[in-house]
Amino acid sequence: MAQAQAVVRSVRRRKPFSVGRALIHIGLAVVGFLCIMPMLLVISTSLSDDLLVARNGLSLLPQGFTTYTYDFILSSPAQLLRSYGVTLIVTASGTAGGVLVSALMGYALAHREFKLRGVFVFIVVFTMLFNGGMVPTYLIVRGTLGLHDNILALILPTMIIPWYIMMFRTQFSSLPHEIMESAKIDGAGEWRMFFQIAMPLSRPWLATIGLMYILKYWNEWIPAMMYIEDPKLFPLQYLLQAIVRNAQFLRSMAQAMTTQVKLPGLSLQMAMVVVAAGPAMFVFMFLQKYFVRGLTAGAVKG
Amino acid sequence: MAIAVEAKRPEKRGLLGRFTLGRRDKVITTTNVLLMCLPAVAMLIVFNYLPMFGLVIAFKDYRFAKGIFGSEWVGLNNFRFIFGGAGSGWRLVWHTVFYNLIFIFSGMVGSLALAFLINEVHTTRASRVYQAMAFLPHFVSWVVVGIFANGFLRFDGGIVNKFLILLGIEPLYFYQRPEYWPYILAAVNLWKGVGFGSITYMAGMLGIDDEFYEAAQIDGANRWQQIRYITVPLLIPLIITVTLLSLGGIFRGNLEMFQMMIGNNPLLYSTTDIIDTFVFRSLLTLGSLGLASAAGFFQSVVGLVMILATNWLVRTVNKERALY
Repeated sequence: MAQAQAVVRSVRRRKPFSVGRALIHIGLAVVGFLCIMPMLLVISTSLSDDLLVARNGLSLLPQGFTTYTYDFILSSPAQLLRSYGVTLIVTASGTAGGVLVSALMGYALAHREFKLRGVFVFIVVFTMLFNGGMVPTYLIVRGTLGLHDNILALILPTMIIPWYIMMFRTQFSSLPHEIMESAKIDGAGEWRMFFQIAMPLSRPWLATIGLMYILKYWNEWIPAMMYIEDPKLFPLQYLLQAIVRNAQFLRSMAQAMTTQVKLPGLSLQMAMVVVAAGPAMFVFMFLQKYFVRGLTAGAVKG
Repeated sequence: MAIAVEAKRPEKRGLLGRFTLGRRDKVITTTNVLLMCLPAVAMLIVFNYLPMFGLVIAFKDYRFAKGIFGSEWVGLNNFRFIFGGAGSGWRLVWHTVFYNLIFIFSGMVGSLALAFLINEVHTTRASRVYQAMAFLPHFVSWVVVGIFANGFLRFDGGIVNKFLILLGIEPLYFYQRPEYWPYILAAVNLWKGVGFGSITYMAGMLGIDDEFYEAAQIDGANRWQQIRYITVPLLIPLIITVTLLSLGGIFRGNLEMFQMMIGNNPLLYSTTDIIDTFVFRSLLTLGSLGLASAAGFFQSVVGLVMILATNWLVRTVNKERALY
């Protein structure tokens, strides 16, 4: 009893100041600052006067504060909006599809009455061990399926992630089976049990795996580089990549209005980064705990 | 009794526990469950299994017009060409392995260090802020990381060069100097992954029973000794497991990273070209697909052996965490 109280007290009590702890705090603050420094650099450059940036180089504080670059982007937003649309469609449908398809498979693999599940587990796990690599995949998606300049090429080829199927399987196996049994006795079929019992009971996992899908689709750009040539189908990340690789592209985006006016360079690029990547990052930041859960799930095999 | 039976055979506990079905119900259930597998299996077949058969083009002289199966067999010619005398195959393999080793090692040390530090101040509100800041780079796409890196490394006005000038050192053309890139890539990889990697270790540290520390405190162990003799030894299985699992992927390079950091800059290939970038480039610039698929074939097969080996090792250390 006395011990328990002592423990409670030691948890509640503020630890006394010590040099060691102060050093740790300083060290961690430095690490934290280094982690967000590139973001600060980009934001400050995007708010800087381009001439000053060209003369003095980049800096962590805006030079000659101006929002000209943002006015410029917002005055000819067609391509940007288009790319936002593509990314939103790809992310939404890819995530919804991926979660549903993997959850169904995971449910089946967790089903005790399913005699073939050993075979199907193997079918899933083997793709984690061995793959055909990029060349055959490219030839099949582009050649056999003909998904060139088709938004499906951004969604389907990377939709199944074997690891997530196994995570769903573990989650569904851990559901209290009394609930499933009584539903079965009450006459619920497999589909009904999946949609009305298993899925609602696994809501936290749906959120975690769904968010991992969202992050994946949102940041992906290799498929766009492989299968998309039409700027109308550029997702955000690929648009950014195109702008950085090729200053000409930025000019063509705004060609209608500025033929004479000299385009700002670096600061405009950085403003594009802020507009294209900033909002999603901001949202992800607040959903961090779900990603942490996905990581600390521990054993996910079964 | 029923409880005892269950405890003995926990592996039998699936969705339905001890409940068993009649014969007719069994058929209906199996049909429905098979239907549930159908979408995922169909996609696995199209996007994962069919490409495996496509690996045969490593042994063919691939022509677009003739297709995968119509092209002529050339035996091991592609392999001889890329892994033989003047071929760059071994260099690609070496770079892939070399960078993965650097990333795994620096990631392990960095993540552990960060986890230890955050764990020391764990209950404070500030610790949550540090953790959030360190996790943030995980959300940044490689495209944006590439732009960040450019802001630091560019010759005119890059942060690093401004710093060098401040110190009175000549600025450097990083994008023309391959010798610096192993360090740059290691630093970037660490930056992006350290917060993410530290989570696993922090979870491991939180899982250690407080009683160990209390007992040690009573015996007069200071904080450093507690870390040295309690935390570290208890974390070692986890460290070994995480490291082995990443060693399994040692022949698979991070294409998004290398493609975005290096791009198509031949000046840097001598230290930065990996199998994945080589294959990707051959695909998109219509280089020799035969050579690319020979490199890809090598990667797939050696990668399989590597994963099987490391997973076997993981099973001996920590069965729970093995891949299968």
